[in-house]
Amino acid sequence: MPVDEARSLPRLLAGVLGQPASLAEHRARYGATPPGAHLLDELEAAGLTGRGGAAFPTARKAAVVRAQRGHAKVLVINAMEGEPAAHKDRTLLATNPHLVLDGAAALARAIGAARVVVAVARDEQATARIVRQALGERERQDRGLTLELHTPPWRYVAGEESALVHWLNDHQALPQYRPSRPSILRVAGAPTLVDNAETCAHVALIARHGATWFRAVGTAASPGSTLVSVTGAVARPIVVEVALGTPLRAVLQAAGADPEPQAVLLGGYGGTWLAASHLDTPLANEALGPLGASVGAGVIVVVPTDACGLRETLRITRWMAHESARQCGPCAFGLPALARDLQAIVAGGPDAPAAITRLTERSAAIAGRGACRHPDGVVRLVRSALEVFAAHLDTHRRGRPCAVGARRPVVAVPELEPEEDLVWQ
Amino acid sequence: MAVRSRTDTFVLVVNPVQCDGYGHCAELAPELVHLDEWGYPILATAPTPLAARAVHESARLAVRHCPRRALRVERHPAAPASSRSGARTE
Repeated sequence: MPVDEARSLPRLLAGVLGQPASLAEHRARYGATPPGAHLLDELEAAGLTGRGGAAFPTARKAAVVRAQRGHAKVLVINAMEGEPAAHKDRTLLATNPHLVLDGAAALARAIGAARVVVAVARDEQATARIVRQALGERERQDRGLTLELHTPPWRYVAGEESALVHWLNDHQALPQYRPSRPSILRVAGAPTLVDNAETCAHVALIARHGATWFRAVGTAASPGSTLVSVTGAVARPIVVEVALGTPLRAVLQAAGADPEPQAVLLGGYGGTWLAASHLDTPLANEALGPLGASVGAGVIVVVPTDACGLRETLRITRWMAHESARQCGPCAFGLPALARDLQAIVAGGPDAPAAITRLTERSAAIAGRGACRHPDGVVRLVRSALEVFAAHLDTHRRGRPCAVGARRPVVAVPELEPEEDLVWQ
Repeated sequence: MAVRSRTDTFVLVVNPVQCDGYGHCAELAPELVHLDEWGYPILATAPTPLAARAVHESARLAVRHCPRRALRVERHPAAPASSRSGARTE
């Protein structure tokens, strides 16, 4: 393929967003998957990393499962998208569902799996319908493979891979304590690989076009394109496909977002606030890492200059505390305490200075003490908020309510469900 | 059984899902454990030399008497530099 063509985007989101391509349309658009004998080598050469948030090398993760004994392995396609600020997997499935399934089938064959599970959150009925329809169209397509749709409850942590596997086994969407990593996950006793839906779509294209094509966009350390969900100060929530390494400001432009915001939240709710002064930073982990940030699940929430970032952080923290699985003490008790401290700071009363001290100390005490990374994400969010919104913090510290406090909230945080209504099964 | 070298180290590790914050560990192994404001243990992360026999004994007591069986002692061989994958659980 000519280089120019290899560089053209979109790759994953060809077609009309939200109009799922039938199998025939998909074939016309992308061609058939060639039988790939050395898929994992190609993925390794491509440098594809997981697009669910952890950015772990896909080939290495797959090789660990392939090396396990037995032929009854399981591949789980993670389209849970528990991150409220993300809608890229949903958008991808609603546009090119067969691209995800092609990649899944190819990966399953490469690791020796006979069973493929697609996991879509129960609340996402439209996405589940699209996947069910697509699976129906492929009945004669994926010989020797069983493809199933499963619908766990939508919870923030339900898409964490150990929680997802636990739900598939025991219908409990709870993260598991895994003392040694990498540990082998198992569904019904069979070694299991869990990969994000977008990751699978990239696999499908690497199987077709190869590693060199994949690397025609992106940086040497972060090759390829990626889907980014942009919300907040934007005309409407949108998913854009950009080359990794694209400056954040250019991503905002592509999304039609406020080009001169106050700050952006990067990665997800458990992500990192970045001040507008960092918007020339490339969207790539090697550039974001030194700033304490990462691409995460491809989330950018744009906060305009007339918003109070501390209040936004409070709203997110309160919701994240509510979404704790309440299995680990430091998370179950610590996150609500962080939310209370933020509440005291935002209110700007006489307790505000003490609350800032408490928040800092508690953040340090909570980090790294959960079975999963949920509390660590909240700590990252809170710590970066104290830095990035330092000017606002100073106003609040002096006991004054924030001048922009009356503005409509920016971040679309879901409503808190009553605790007794939270479904984990 | 592995040979116990004078320079081997250990760390006390908690399973946070299993732990219910009884706090016995902080009394039995105060050298390694203090409790957070909610009563859950914060463990020393720096490896302790096995040669520090009294501390090792405290850690073993804490493991044995945890009502939730949430603790374990992880031993790390001295050389090469301790890695998690090389850890043994006692």
